[in-house]
Amino acid sequence: MSPVWYAVRLGARRGRTELRQTFTSGQDVFGYVLWTILLIVPLFLVRDEQLKGAGISAGAFMLPSMVGMTLAFTGMMTTAQLLATEREDGTLLRAKAVPHGMVGHLVGKVVMVSGTALVSMALPFAVGVFLVDRVARQGGGALLTLVWVVPLGLLATLPMGAVIGSLVDSPRTVGLLMLPVMGLIVISGIYFPLSKLPEWLQIVGQVFPVYWLGLGLRAALLPAGAVAAEIGESWRYLETAGVLGVWAVAGLLLAPSVLRRMARRESGATMAERHRKAMQRVG
Amino acid sequence: MTTAHALSGAGSSPPPEDDTVIDVRDLRMRYRDQEVLKGVDFTARRGEVLVLLGPNGAGKTTTIEVLEGFRMRSAGDVSVLGADPARGDERWRARLGIVLQSWRDHGKWRVRELLAHLGSYYAPYSTALVRRPWDTDELIAAVGLTGQADKRVGTLSGGQRRRLDVAVGIVGKPETLFLDEPTAGLDPEARNEFHGLVRGLADERTTVLLTTHDLAEAEKLADRILILAGGRIVADGSAEELSRQVSGEATVRWTRDGRPFEQATTEPTRFVRRLFEEHGETIGGLEVRRASLEDTYLTMVRELETGSGPGERAARAFGEEPR
Repeated sequence: MSPVWYAVRLGARRGRTELRQTFTSGQDVFGYVLWTILLIVPLFLVRDEQLKGAGISAGAFMLPSMVGMTLAFTGMMTTAQLLATEREDGTLLRAKAVPHGMVGHLVGKVVMVSGTALVSMALPFAVGVFLVDRVARQGGGALLTLVWVVPLGLLATLPMGAVIGSLVDSPRTVGLLMLPVMGLIVISGIYFPLSKLPEWLQIVGQVFPVYWLGLGLRAALLPAGAVAAEIGESWRYLETAGVLGVWAVAGLLLAPSVLRRMARRESGATMAERHRKAMQRVG
Repeated sequence: MTTAHALSGAGSSPPPEDDTVIDVRDLRMRYRDQEVLKGVDFTARRGEVLVLLGPNGAGKTTTIEVLEGFRMRSAGDVSVLGADPARGDERWRARLGIVLQSWRDHGKWRVRELLAHLGSYYAPYSTALVRRPWDTDELIAAVGLTGQADKRVGTLSGGQRRRLDVAVGIVGKPETLFLDEPTAGLDPEARNEFHGLVRGLADERTTVLLTTHDLAEAEKLADRILILAGGRIVADGSAEELSRQVSGEATVRWTRDGRPFEQATTEPTRFVRRLFEEHGETIGGLEVRRASLEDTYLTMVRELETGSGPGERAARAFGEEPR
């Protein structure tokens, strides 16, 4: 077995270890529960409101949309946040000091973020499906959509998250990025159908993966009649695959060189300098 | 054991006839318009412990990072374990151990879990002579963390954390080990244990380069001390050689009829003999003291700063006016 392949396997094991750690750490578990509550509360409030002409409640519209948003959010922002944090605390430099440690680190991160994303999606779904009617009741055919939308969604968001995490100068910057992300969610048709927005905002929303992941999850989990609430009254499978595919290809093309450049610049001195600045901010 | 080590020394690196593990010639480093390293030269042989001393900002960390391959140099020739660190591959990296100044990583991992994981990356580089990685529990015992083996890294005290850093640095059984201020934050007992560990590694033919601000530590550990100041190595030798280089004088202290005396002399032996010839039994509390490493170090750095020592030009170029 080549050392690189061997490091890939170590990375997979590393990812599993980190998943076990996050699901047994009180602080992290609290985070997953809090996320679930934040999604479920608005869902609960609108569970009986009917969405005109679609034959479903506003709550039923929101549930799959929010699951899709969770995927986009975790894939991109959690990856960026982890990478920025791990540059600052020396995890990345540690990986760099070990033979093929970067390969292991990266594979581990992909496993870890993917697992986190799946659990973050499953929790609100498991709760929400008992609160609203007519979600995930149409059997196998539609569920097959999940089999390609979810992995493609991870491919579309994870590498981009890695690019963001490599370009920002500190984890605090990722925190600041949350503000525009919140705005993006408003125009991504998660809490209400995109068709209710002015046309130019619809166009902006459709550039980013959040809208398409919401659409993909709705296509998989809502009854056929609910398509009436969508743009063009279509689930637009082709466009979903197309836009997510473009993001995936762009991310996969960009990430290796950006990551390599970031890794090359890491050294004990740059890490100490960042640490010093972080301490100044605290003091 | 001894034969096995001699063999491992000969068998694991490409040129067995050449014992030089680190070779640095005219290393220069420039940040924007400031030249931090202005031609650093030194070598290290297999199994040698080198201690790099110098004032803050002298470029100790920069020098170490160039050797680790973490930083590109501006100019000069550098070779570590027969390769240029700027082009060292992963096979080369597997023979290196690195302990940096500040790590705060892997807080959620348990000590044993982390060492076993990081160690496993070295397994493909194991040879019949150098078995890699180090057995996890043996390593934990060697750095004195047996009681903490199942604790999360984030809950370790500062000193325990430092021991873990050292353990991670040596988990791959490195042939060359770099340590940047490894004992900062260690209590005297832990420090002493660390010294034992480093000497043990050197006995097994590991080449060690470490930086410290603790001069007693340097004196205790080093086969050779390098003083880096003003961008150059201004002194290179054992603690004894350095003190002779700075000053041939020793201080003799004694009491006569209960009154204390002190005299500096270049020939302490002759001076003491004369003292006893003249005063005999009335002499008490005799003490002969050569310049300590601390005296030597402070003298050298001060000479450099005032522009009268060996690093005179360096100090001027550094922008410091002779006083």
